[in-house]
Amino acid sequence: MDREWLRTILRTGTAILFFLLLPAFAFADGPQPVPSIFAPASTPASDIYSLSLFVLAITGGIFVVVGGLLAYVIVRYRDKGDDSDKREPAQIYGSTQIELAWTVIPILIVVVLFLTTARMIFAIQDAPKPPDALDVTVVGHQFWWEFRYPKLGIVTANELHVPLSTNKDPLPTYLKLYSADVDHSFWVPQLAGKTDLIPNHPNITWIEPKSTGLYLGQCAQFCGVEHAEMLLRVYVDTPEQFAAWVKNQQQPAVEDPQVAAGRQVFETESCMNCHTIRGTAATGRFGPDLTHLMSRSTIASGAVPNSEANLRQWIKDPDSFKPGCLMPAMQLTNQQLDEVTAYLETLK
Amino acid sequence: MADRTFPIEGTLDLTPAHVHEHTWLEVLHEWVTTVDHKKLGIMYVLYGFFFLLVGGAEALAIRVQLAEPNNHFLSPEVYNRFFTMHGTTMVFLVGMTIIFGFANYLVPLMIGARDMAFPRLNAFSFWMTAFGGLMLYYSFLGGSGLYGVGNAPDVGWFAYAPLTARAFSPGNATDYWALALIVTGVGTVGTAINVIATALSMRCKGMTLMRMPLFVWLSVVTSGLTLVTITPLTAAQIMLVIDRYLGGHFFDTQAGGSAVIWMHFFWIFGHPEVYVLVLPAFAIANEIIPVFSRKAIFGYPAMVAASVGIAFVSLGVWAHHMFTIGMTSVSNAFFVLSTMLVGIPTGIKIFNWVATMWGGKIRFATPMLFLTAFVFQFLLAGLTGIMLAVAPWDWQLHNSYFVIAHFHYVLVGAILFAIFGGLYYWFPKATGRMLNETLGKWNFWLFFIGFHVTFDTMHFVGMLGMPRSIYTYEADRGWGHLNLIVSIGAFIQGISVLIFTTNLLWSAFRGKVAGNDPWDAWTLEWAAASPPPVYNFPTEPSVSSRRPLWDLKHPEDPDWKYE
Repeated sequence: MDREWLRTILRTGTAILFFLLLPAFAFADGPQPVPSIFAPASTPASDIYSLSLFVLAITGGIFVVVGGLLAYVIVRYRDKGDDSDKREPAQIYGSTQIELAWTVIPILIVVVLFLTTARMIFAIQDAPKPPDALDVTVVGHQFWWEFRYPKLGIVTANELHVPLSTNKDPLPTYLKLYSADVDHSFWVPQLAGKTDLIPNHPNITWIEPKSTGLYLGQCAQFCGVEHAEMLLRVYVDTPEQFAAWVKNQQQPAVEDPQVAAGRQVFETESCMNCHTIRGTAATGRFGPDLTHLMSRSTIASGAVPNSEANLRQWIKDPDSFKPGCLMPAMQLTNQQLDEVTAYLETLK
Repeated sequence: MADRTFPIEGTLDLTPAHVHEHTWLEVLHEWVTTVDHKKLGIMYVLYGFFFLLVGGAEALAIRVQLAEPNNHFLSPEVYNRFFTMHGTTMVFLVGMTIIFGFANYLVPLMIGARDMAFPRLNAFSFWMTAFGGLMLYYSFLGGSGLYGVGNAPDVGWFAYAPLTARAFSPGNATDYWALALIVTGVGTVGTAINVIATALSMRCKGMTLMRMPLFVWLSVVTSGLTLVTITPLTAAQIMLVIDRYLGGHFFDTQAGGSAVIWMHFFWIFGHPEVYVLVLPAFAIANEIIPVFSRKAIFGYPAMVAASVGIAFVSLGVWAHHMFTIGMTSVSNAFFVLSTMLVGIPTGIKIFNWVATMWGGKIRFATPMLFLTAFVFQFLLAGLTGIMLAVAPWDWQLHNSYFVIAHFHYVLVGAILFAIFGGLYYWFPKATGRMLNETLGKWNFWLFFIGFHVTFDTMHFVGMLGMPRSIYTYEADRGWGHLNLIVSIGAFIQGISVLIFTTNLLWSAFRGKVAGNDPWDAWTLEWAAASPPPVYNFPTEPSVSSRRPLWDLKHPEDPDWKYE
């Protein structure tokens, strides 16, 4: 007897927890360290959030009714172990009316759910693009993100900057998604659902963030060894911050004669085969553009903070941070390492 | 009208095989060369169970790695191999083999036949599947090829192109994966043909299609679905091998191939595959729930129609795995609708099980405990399935731990629970001995608790933004504590499976003697001796209703009056 009660309690407990925990996630406002889908801060994500509450209510209702019936049956019709009555229970083979009822009701629920869902699909996917929307081209690489702003002439990596969109001054960002190698997926849960980056299959997604700050996400389609460390950082800036950032990114790389030795290492060792630093001989495109490396707060696609020590260690032995990543250890001497690190540290 | 007594007496030698003295070599020879559907069925189940332990061990290693952020228990390479092998093993070497083991063992017995329609094809199919599994695992030794890179496959069980191209997956590991699935696929197709032929042409006197036990009906539907779905998978694997070895460009995006076409091929196999696995779980439920509720199944014709309906609809839903790949809005809406339609026949099934229990006298022996939990968990799995069918929400939930939780609710919460229930239920038939009930209760309750600790929690991890297939995660994401809980639950399940293994070994030799009909059940397999002799029935049984043994036990109120 008590075992059955235990199960009933467990089930009820699970159901209650489910509904208690969900709203708790939603109270958070603005960017969160935990990238919860229940703390939306941008238009597609917030639309999806409200749709999800509707679906949760319906499925929750179904769960309570059917789960309740099951619990009732388990408690009410269990064999009491009463040996006095050896007879089998009445045999019932079916009932057309009842079966018809529990076919028709689910059909009605499906109709409601489908119409609501279809409306949302068209609203998000076929939303007309405003002429002043910001365009960004996202290229997925094993295991980092390339961001190009074609109208602004900016190329950067791993940390996307987009302007804030307000109700008064709506400014969505449209992302064109490409892949240079294998499938990836762009996912920043607080901003929008994910969209895949597939080679030979360009995709588009859009965001319209409503509060400033740093939003975290990561690649959501398995893409190889370091899929887990293909992290995404999206900075939503005020219009002033964004203008300042754009202005800085549009400058060519800083030229500091004090670190000429480091620049020479960069241009004579193999670094330049994969990386671009605008204004130098380095025009490689296999790795991230380093023209304004110091404007980014992380390296290795978000794997570690962008500090001098980390940068030196990364150049010396990339596998120590990101085992299996495609950047080779360049076997530089300690002096070359110091010089090239010092050079990169000037690329504000 | 059945007028004879059970077990059916006759001239067959009914002495159990183990009474005769055999050397171990003779026993081995007998099992290796056998074409008896019962021996093959047992071998299928044992083979699947062995790989359940292997795949389970891989899962535990994965859970240790994820128990805390930035853990270094497994290297990224080994982690990726383990989750690929875990998925491939559990679907192809555990799920498929155990369900076909059940079908092999039970279908001839339930329809009063002496063996499958094609006994030698049956043996061939088993050994093909078995060699396919060995080939997959041989990759741990032989997969590195000449390059010395990688060994076991590490591309995910879905193996999305172009990650499987030679440019991104050098060495031979991916080839072992593709070839192993082609080989097991041949075996699977062989068995599927066999099951259909057996059910259609080997039924005993009086067993019309609408008197077949639901288990047999669902085995036929499963087999039909298998025939349709294994084909595109095999085609895709062959194309992949052509790409890798003969310079084809089907999926080679750098030469204009299509990554998306692989997804279509894979999921038009992959989604019906879910139903190939879950329909046999329904089949087990359809046998066990009535017997332990002491009532006939509620709405037999509706159950048949719902199963056939699920099979048909399931062939039109595959692209709900692809809502994030950038299909047009109309395609997305279409697959939302088709996916939600599956909920209708599935709902009918759940309602009919509850209605079967309604008004019954439910005996909660271990098989029924597992099947009751099955109904509950399958209900929840269906509801999270509806959430995932809502395409915009799927854009958030897809490839997150929410999806992992959802499909483990189906694969473990529904299928594995039903398989455990089925093993407790039919073990006495196959061995003549009962599985121990005390260990069974421990097995059930630990597994039930462990399952919910693990997979309930996993839903929340996914909604907090954790994607699947990642070998580690950052400490500041707030996923650490929940992941620790998930891992603890996994170990509780591991302990429970060890208890089951102990029970299996102990009861096979020391268990209580079962007799022919320990559960007071109604279908024909309980009319044969336990274990049934070679060729099952000395004379052909004859039935006049869906529950021949009910008719025999209740001559005052037989089923055939009402059907």
